[in-house]
Amino acid sequence: MDLLTFARGPALEIAMAIFVIGVLWRMVGVLSLPAWRDDSPPRKGAPPAWLAALQAIFGKMAPHRTFLKAGMFTTINGYVFHIGLAICVFAFAPHILFLKSLFGLSWPALPSGMIFAVGAVTAGSLIAALIYRLTSPVLKLISRGNDYISWGLTFLPVVTGLAAASHIGARYETLLAIHILSICVFLAWFPFGKLMHAFLFVFSRGATGIRFRHRGAQI
Amino acid sequence: MTAKTTASGVAYDVQGTQGDLARRDAAMQAFVQDFAKTAAIHMESCLRCGMCATACQFYVGTGDPKYTPINKLKPFEQAYHRHVGPFAPLYRLFGIGSNVNVEMLQEWEALLFDACSLCGRCTLACPMGIDISELIKEARHGMYKAGLVPDRLELMDRTAKAWGSPATPSDDFADIIKDAGEENGVPMNIDLPKADYVITTAPAELTEHTKALADIAKILNKIGASWTYSSEGFEASNIGYINGDLELQEKMTRKMIDNAIAIGAHTLILPECGHAYGAARWEAARWYGGKIPLKIIHMTEFLDEVVASGKITLKQIGETTSFHDPCQLARRGGVVEAPRAVLKALGLEIKELEDHGALAWCCGGGGGVVSNTRADPLRYKAFELKKKQFEGANAQRFVTACGQCRITLTLGAKHFKWDKKVESLLELVADNMIV
Repeated sequence: MDLLTFARGPALEIAMAIFVIGVLWRMVGVLSLPAWRDDSPPRKGAPPAWLAALQAIFGKMAPHRTFLKAGMFTTINGYVFHIGLAICVFAFAPHILFLKSLFGLSWPALPSGMIFAVGAVTAGSLIAALIYRLTSPVLKLISRGNDYISWGLTFLPVVTGLAAASHIGARYETLLAIHILSICVFLAWFPFGKLMHAFLFVFSRGATGIRFRHRGAQI
Repeated sequence: MTAKTTASGVAYDVQGTQGDLARRDAAMQAFVQDFAKTAAIHMESCLRCGMCATACQFYVGTGDPKYTPINKLKPFEQAYHRHVGPFAPLYRLFGIGSNVNVEMLQEWEALLFDACSLCGRCTLACPMGIDISELIKEARHGMYKAGLVPDRLELMDRTAKAWGSPATPSDDFADIIKDAGEENGVPMNIDLPKADYVITTAPAELTEHTKALADIAKILNKIGASWTYSSEGFEASNIGYINGDLELQEKMTRKMIDNAIAIGAHTLILPECGHAYGAARWEAARWYGGKIPLKIIHMTEFLDEVVASGKITLKQIGETTSFHDPCQLARRGGVVEAPRAVLKALGLEIKELEDHGALAWCCGGGGGVVSNTRADPLRYKAFELKKKQFEGANAQRFVTACGQCRITLTLGAKHFKWDKKVESLLELVADNMIV
């Protein structure tokens, strides 16, 4: 079995199994804990819980203006690499073909050149995020190994993807295999580290939305 | 009780005679005890983005990264991951994150009690919506069980257990009420067997702001209400809520609620106190064990009701004012418009602070910080932020609706020789009510 066959076959299958089981394990582990009953009467006009959660999930997409002043870089750079990653993952023709093979759904792709440019910007944005983490006294203090591992495993698929797309450094098949293997490691790590925020943000924001809107408070 | 200093020079207080390991284990176990779903989701969700630092008065005031709100929970991350989190067996199996010791908890005492007013501004800054303030309350529960609480707060805790209030013995309460009535020429009701309204108090009214005791009585007398103070259940500030002494929080809550129900009240009026609102309006039902069969409202909501209904009319002051929003009332309680409606009814033009309402800076003294004299230098840093915003608004008067905020701001003004008087909304209404 050559490297590409291994990457496309057993490696990807094992990584996806760890991803699915791990995500389910973590989510069920948290969501199955008991909840405090809140029997306090709601503020008059408080929205139902589902709407309060939605208000927080979407309302928290942008920080309050007063926090934006100090958090401008974190906010804008965060948006740049999240949108960049989404475009690279979901708008690149080979990725769409792969996703179609999994889920049976497909959609139009963006031109490869544009994806390459977005990938380069995303890589730059991720590097900027790392530099900020390494130089900000606050971030240096609060960062854990998890943050650096998660950063590295997000960065790897981007740069290996760029290398594969530009055929730099090795044979295309080898570069593609390395790219797929980097995604395998990303998927296998996903449930254990902060990458889980892709799922957790809904519940984290939603829970606070329900608590605060019940009280008639701003989120 | 003994005041000590850690190897790195951080002051801490210690209570009890537990050994170091027992102390650490007590803190960890109390933190995870009854850990609920929302707290777990929030412990799982931090991105380590540092946005919470930008919201914290103690970080902004000092520039010291150790005051970053999420950093204040560091020792308790281990407890969560090792005992509650979905991967707890893996953490224990591989010995991940087992480095918390009692020295770390001693070091963190000041971060959890001196450098956090439970104001919750960090919660609004967090892009994940993590309610850090609520998690710090859970961590304080761990610290209380470990006997690592500032002595001043622990003293208030013991006093409340012995007296029923951290301010005065229950036996003296009736005399304080009578004296306040006589001093201010207001007929008072005390320990009536039946009444529609039960009035509760916080330590500020029983010590520095006794006129407030008569002010609310004056308004209730004016509208012809059936009301009473009660020696059996007057204390609303609930020091257990602040200290992490959950047993005391439950006891104080039940005492106040059960007493009001026994009197047949339809409404329990909370004093001008932010934490009383958090403890009673939003958390009392948890300790009571279900829906409470009476209405619990803050003094500010009551004032808004009687003004809006036309039951009282007010003289027009005709000046400008800024309003300091108590955190537990506005940010964590949703009461933002009510005080402003009352100020407008007083003919006051509101000049808002740059950050106001839900986003207002804390006075710096909430969560027991003002009672914890060890935290004075930090509190003054927080006060400077408030002072700067007040000066920027350029109003003639400065009003608030929390006795503890008022004391904190007055102490800050005194420290900086700032000649601005901080006024009570209740006092303004009572003084300007057309009799």
